[in-house]
Amino acid sequence: MTRAKGRGTRGGLRGWGGVTGMAVACAVTASLTLLPLAHGDGTFGGQSAGHSSASTVPTVAEECEDPEASLPARDADGPNIEKIRKRGKLIAGVDQNSFQWGYRNPESRTLEGFDIDLVHAIAEDILGDRDAVIFRAIPTNQRIAALENDKVDVVVRTMTINCRRIGQVAFSTAYFQAGQQVLAPKASTIDGYNESLKGKRVCTAEGSTAYDALKEKSFGAVYEDEHDGTGQDEDLLTVPNQLDCLVRLQLGEVDAIVTDNALAAGQAAQDPAVELKGDKPFTTEYYGVAAKLGADDLVARVNHVLEDYRRGGADSPWMTSYRTWLATGLPGIPGPPAPRYRSN
Amino acid sequence: MTYPPSGTAPREPGPGRPSAPVTVPAQRRGVGAEAAARLRAAATTEPGRLQIYGAVLALLVVVFGAVTYLEIAARASSADDVVTRSQPLSADAASIYRSLADADTMAASGFLAGAQEPSEVLARYDADIEEASRLLVDAAASTDPATASHKEITTLSRLLPVYTGLVERARANNRQGLPLGGAYLRYANQKMTGELLPAAERLYTAETGRLATDSADARRFPFLSLGAGIVALGALVWMQRRNYRRTNRVFNHGLLAATAAATVVLLWLAVGHTVARAELRGAMAHGQESLDVLNKARINSLKARANENLTLVARGAVLTPDGTRDQYETDYGTGMKELGAQLEEARELADDARGSKPVKDAIDGVSTWQDRHRKARTTDDRGDYDSALQQVIGPEGSTGESFERVDDALERALAHEQDEFDTAAQDGRGALGGLPFGAAALAVLGAVAVIVGVNRRLSEYR
Repeated sequence: MTRAKGRGTRGGLRGWGGVTGMAVACAVTASLTLLPLAHGDGTFGGQSAGHSSASTVPTVAEECEDPEASLPARDADGPNIEKIRKRGKLIAGVDQNSFQWGYRNPESRTLEGFDIDLVHAIAEDILGDRDAVIFRAIPTNQRIAALENDKVDVVVRTMTINCRRIGQVAFSTAYFQAGQQVLAPKASTIDGYNESLKGKRVCTAEGSTAYDALKEKSFGAVYEDEHDGTGQDEDLLTVPNQLDCLVRLQLGEVDAIVTDNALAAGQAAQDPAVELKGDKPFTTEYYGVAAKLGADDLVARVNHVLEDYRRGGADSPWMTSYRTWLATGLPGIPGPPAPRYRSN
Repeated sequence: MTYPPSGTAPREPGPGRPSAPVTVPAQRRGVGAEAAARLRAAATTEPGRLQIYGAVLALLVVVFGAVTYLEIAARASSADDVVTRSQPLSADAASIYRSLADADTMAASGFLAGAQEPSEVLARYDADIEEASRLLVDAAASTDPATASHKEITTLSRLLPVYTGLVERARANNRQGLPLGGAYLRYANQKMTGELLPAAERLYTAETGRLATDSADARRFPFLSLGAGIVALGALVWMQRRNYRRTNRVFNHGLLAATAAATVVLLWLAVGHTVARAELRGAMAHGQESLDVLNKARINSLKARANENLTLVARGAVLTPDGTRDQYETDYGTGMKELGAQLEEARELADDARGSKPVKDAIDGVSTWQDRHRKARTTDDRGDYDSALQQVIGPEGSTGESFERVDDALERALAHEQDEFDTAAQDGRGALGGLPFGAAALAVLGAVAVIVGVNRRLSEYR
């Protein structure tokens, strides 16, 4: 707990050189005032106090300079690793509906996909058995709660590392680079996140990054249901799940979908008549493996697994998994994103 | 009846009146005035009085017969509507409702079984859709286009192909192993629970309401007939008493026969309608009320089953608006709670062992179902999807088995209550059978007897 906070403050000190705003000065004052207090908490093992100050210290802006930076990779055991060993199983929170990422194949009845491969690699490293995993299907907005309530050890579920979340969960280094992109029929006049969306009906998942992006800038697209958030919600333009958008698109009820390109690739793989529009995503996001805040041994261990996972060039486990699941929908990715570590 | 004697009519119109349109008021006034004058003259002599009293008596008896005929014919027609029209329509609406809910449940069950859907599940789905389409066509034919029911039928006819289209898309995608299939199935379910089932429910409510109205119409007390009967009988008694006073003769055969006829009609009317009322009320109280509760219970069991299946199809993809619980699991819980309450109500309504036995079976089935469901949820939450799936759709010891048991029991209970309703309602309709014509015939006989009886007295003056 205290380590995370100390880190945040130091990271902040690093980044203040170029910042001169009054607001930041206030943040400096607040951080500096809280710094000794935080140390005191650390000394006396005040877990909860340390935790709460970690989330109240206004370090978000500073940490967001590099939210993807994670703990250095370490092959050591700790209390959390020990817990998994004792149980003999790794409990992983995954998606069961995300084609090519985490999906239960109805024929083999097994979960498969890029995320699932990674879970197996983590289980193999910690327990020596790639199948020593209990998969728990968790919905998108239960990812953080599942970790906080110890329902799962890790969440490997196309989870974006961002400033808001790093105060809630601990992320590994990035294992995939993604971004929001527009998906539309090949024959559509829509050619990206631009003016071509004007007057078009655009579908997004409720509460998704894509929805927020449209709210910020919609290019005149229609993207809200009349009764959103009420009992009569039509679930037409904003739907419970991103895949529902493809249903509406195929039925001609919407003209385009905005979603994560990684998920969009899963949709494109299910419908040869649609494609990702625009050269590249209009945002950049990184997926990370999430663990409970403070499970540093586990995060370092996952980072260690990821080191191995990335190693080997074109024959690396990462590239093998990429070719198996993602290359069709998301071609042209040369390799995994480089890991970034905190310098401490 | 009001034609004047032939030959008088052309002379009637006054000189100032246009002669071409023979105006009715002119005739009436003429006839009325003439009759009044004759009456005044007749009322001064005993034979004249007898003639007037005889005519009035005969008229009262005929009026009694006519009113009884009209009033009871209307009651009998309402009773007939109950048996042949509104109850069957209400039962059909319930069948449409049930078929649709069952189809949705089967679609989800088949989907969960994997790419190759079990043939019996497919067959049941097909039968449900066929039944619903057939009944919708029937219902459309027997419903007035201006009614709300017809609007619901139109809505259902329009949405049913949309629904089946979505289910077929879901199957095609599922067959290819694509998760899109699950999304289509959920969309189909959304259409079903959000649009089709509410329309079917409204149709059912409207038809059941019509049944209640028809039954109430049939049971309405025949005040006019009874009143007319009492007046006619009273008049007959008064006439005979007057006769006795004046002539010291105890019996006048004609009047006695008329009194007997009127008494028979009055008793027949009172007893017949009372029996019909009792039977029809019994049909509603013991049959229809139970049918209504059981129908609703069955729909809830079907919805709960569909939601249980969809929990496994959606795999946590759809949450309650507050984002804390699985939407389908929550809906399952709500449905089961309502089902439990309705079964409890059905058990209280059941009035014999044959009726309460299947309801008890259903209650037991629901309790096992809920136990098994809890276990299946625990298994799924533990991450063991395959075992959870078996616990839900497996052939033995699954929640599916419990659901079938509940569904079978409810079907038996419904058949029993439908029987009870039919028997009682038919008895009720039967109790009124023949009464209108009998009343009319007896009244005519009575009137003739009055005239014969009075003429006998009159002949004594010649």
